[in-house]
Amino acid sequence: MSVFSDAHKLTVVTEDSPAKRLRKRIYGVLAHVALIAASIAMLYPLLWMLSASFRPENEIFSGTLIPSSWSLGSYFRGWDGLRVSFGTFFWNSLVISVTCVIGNLIACSMAAFAFARLRFKGRSFWFAMMLMTLMLPSQVTLIPQYVLFRELGWVNTILPLVAPKFLAVDAFFVFLMVQFFRGIPRELDEAAMMDGCSAWRIYWKVMLPLSLPVLATAAIFTFIWTWDDFFAPLIYLNEMKQYTVMLGLRTFTDSTGESDFGGLFAMSVLSLVPIFVFFLFFQRLLIEGIATTGMKR
Amino acid sequence: MVAEAGTTRRAVDSGWWSRALANNAPGYLFLLPWLIGFLGLTIGPIVTSLYLSFTNFDLLTAPRWVGADNYIRMFTNDAKFLASMRVTLFFVIFSVPLKLAFALGVALLLNRGMKGLPVYRALFYLPSLLGASVAIAILWRQLFAGDGVVNQFLAPLGIVGPSWISNPRYSLWTLIILSIWQFGSPMIIFLAGLRQIPQDMYEAASLEGASKWRVFWRITLPMLTPVVFFNAIIQTIEAFKSFTPAFIISAGTGNPINSTLFYTLYLYQEAFGFFRMGYASALAWFLLLLVACFTAFSFLTSKYWVHYDD
Repeated sequence: MSVFSDAHKLTVVTEDSPAKRLRKRIYGVLAHVALIAASIAMLYPLLWMLSASFRPENEIFSGTLIPSSWSLGSYFRGWDGLRVSFGTFFWNSLVISVTCVIGNLIACSMAAFAFARLRFKGRSFWFAMMLMTLMLPSQVTLIPQYVLFRELGWVNTILPLVAPKFLAVDAFFVFLMVQFFRGIPRELDEAAMMDGCSAWRIYWKVMLPLSLPVLATAAIFTFIWTWDDFFAPLIYLNEMKQYTVMLGLRTFTDSTGESDFGGLFAMSVLSLVPIFVFFLFFQRLLIEGIATTGMKR
Repeated sequence: MVAEAGTTRRAVDSGWWSRALANNAPGYLFLLPWLIGFLGLTIGPIVTSLYLSFTNFDLLTAPRWVGADNYIRMFTNDAKFLASMRVTLFFVIFSVPLKLAFALGVALLLNRGMKGLPVYRALFYLPSLLGASVAIAILWRQLFAGDGVVNQFLAPLGIVGPSWISNPRYSLWTLIILSIWQFGSPMIIFLAGLRQIPQDMYEAASLEGASKWRVFWRITLPMLTPVVFFNAIIQTIEAFKSFTPAFIISAGTGNPINSTLFYTLYLYQEAFGFFRMGYASALAWFLLLLVACFTAFSFLTSKYWVHYDD
C-alpha cells in the first residue's frame, strides 16, 4: 500500500465527517448572506434613483422605495427641462457613439491584423509603441490636439470626437484584438495565402468572420465609453443643440437641477438605459472581455 | 563595362526595392490609420505639449517662450497646484488599495464554487460599467447631500450626518467611496486569475493540513501577484486620470476649499477656464512624468514581489 493512497483515504474520511460538512454548509450560507447583503447595498443607490424618478414631485425625497403612486411627470418635465429637448441630446449621443464604433472596428482591427499576422520591418518597434500608448494619460496630448482641431475649424462639430477613432487611437482595442487574432490558428490564413489570397482578402474573409466575439466586445465597450464620455464633449461642443446626453445632464444640474430634482433623476435614469440594455444582453461578452485584458500579458 | 555594371546594379537594386515593397507594403497599408493617428495625434502632440509647457500661450497670440517659468511657478508659487497634488495623491493612496482589497475579497468569496456565481458577478460588475457616467455622479451628489439618502439611513441610529459633499473633511471620501463602489472590473480579473491557479497545489496543501489562512498567504496570494500587479497599475493610472465625478459633484470648482480639486480638474480649469495653455501643458507633462515614474517604479520592484511561473 503506497503512502499516496493512504493520504487519499485520509482526506476522504475528513471530508465525510458530518461536523466538517455542517461547518462547510454554514460557511456557504454565511457567504451567500454576505454576498446578498453586499448586492443590496451596492444596488440600493441605483434602485433609489429609479424609484425617485417615478415618484410624484412632492414625494421625491420622502417616498419609500416602492412609490405609493407612480408618476411619469418627472420624465415629461425632464425631457423638455432645458432650452433644447433631451431628444436632441439622445440623438447626438447616438450619432457620435455609433460613428465611434464604426471607426474603432475598422481602424483597430486593421492595425491588430498587421501586428498579429503580417511581417514587415519595424513591426515589433511599432507594437512596443502601441503598448506604451496604453498607459499614456490623455491629458498630455489634450492641448495640442485641441489647438490642431481648432485650426482645422472642427470645434463645435463632432469631428474631434469621432475622427480619431478612424485612426485607431484607442490602443486598448488594438491590444485586445491582437490577443484574439493570435489565438486563431495560423494554418487558416496560411492555407488561404497558398491559394493566392491577398492580405486584404485574408483580413476580410478569414480573420474578421472568425473574430466576431472580440469585434462585438470592442463595439459594445466603444459604445458605452463614448456614450459615457464627458470630457471630450465638454471641451469640443459649445452649442446646446450639439450637446450629448452627458452634457445635457450637466447643464441640467447647473441650471434648473436645484429646483427640479425629479426631472434630473428621470433623465439620469434614461441616460443609463442604453448601457443597461447592453449589460443585460451581452454581459457574458463584456465580462470575458474584461477578464482577458488581465491575462496572457 | 561600367555601363553594364551600372545596369546590373540597378537591376539588383530595383529587385531589392520591389521585394522590400512586396514584403512590407501590406503590413504598412494595414497599419496606416494607426500610424497616422500615432504620429499625428499622439507623438506629435506629446512633443508639442512639451514645447508649449515652456511658453505662455493663450490660443489667440503666438506662444511666448518663458523657459522653465511654468515649472518653477508650479512648485514655488501655486497653492492650488499643491492642493490638487495633495487631493489626487490622497485619492490614489486610499481608493486604489481599498478597491483592490474589496475586489479580491469578493472574488475569493465567489471562487469557492458558489451557486449563482454568474448572477453575483454580473451584479457586482454593473456599477463598474455605469460608474463613469454623469448620471452616477449626480446620484452620488444626492446620496451624500445634507438631506440625502445616507443621512436618512443614519437618522434612526441617532446620527445627524453633515452634508458630506459640502464638508471639506468628508467630500473627498465620498469620491473614494464612489471609486470603491466600482470594484467590479478588477474583481472579474481576479476571478479569472484565481481560476488559473493549478488545483493540485491546493490539494497538496490540504494533504499537509495547512490552514485556510496559510493557504491564502502561501499559495493564493503569491500565485495571484501578476494579476494584483496588473490591477494595481491599471487602477492607479485610472485614479490619476479621474475627472468626471469631481467635476460634477463640485460643479467644476473642486470645492469645498479645493478638497475635491483633482489634478485633472485643475488642469482643465487652467486650460479651458483661464486659457493658460502653456501652464496647463506643464501640468500635463508633470502628470505624465508622475505616471511614468510610478509605472517604472512598479515594474522595477515587481521582480521582488510578483511571482511568475516561467
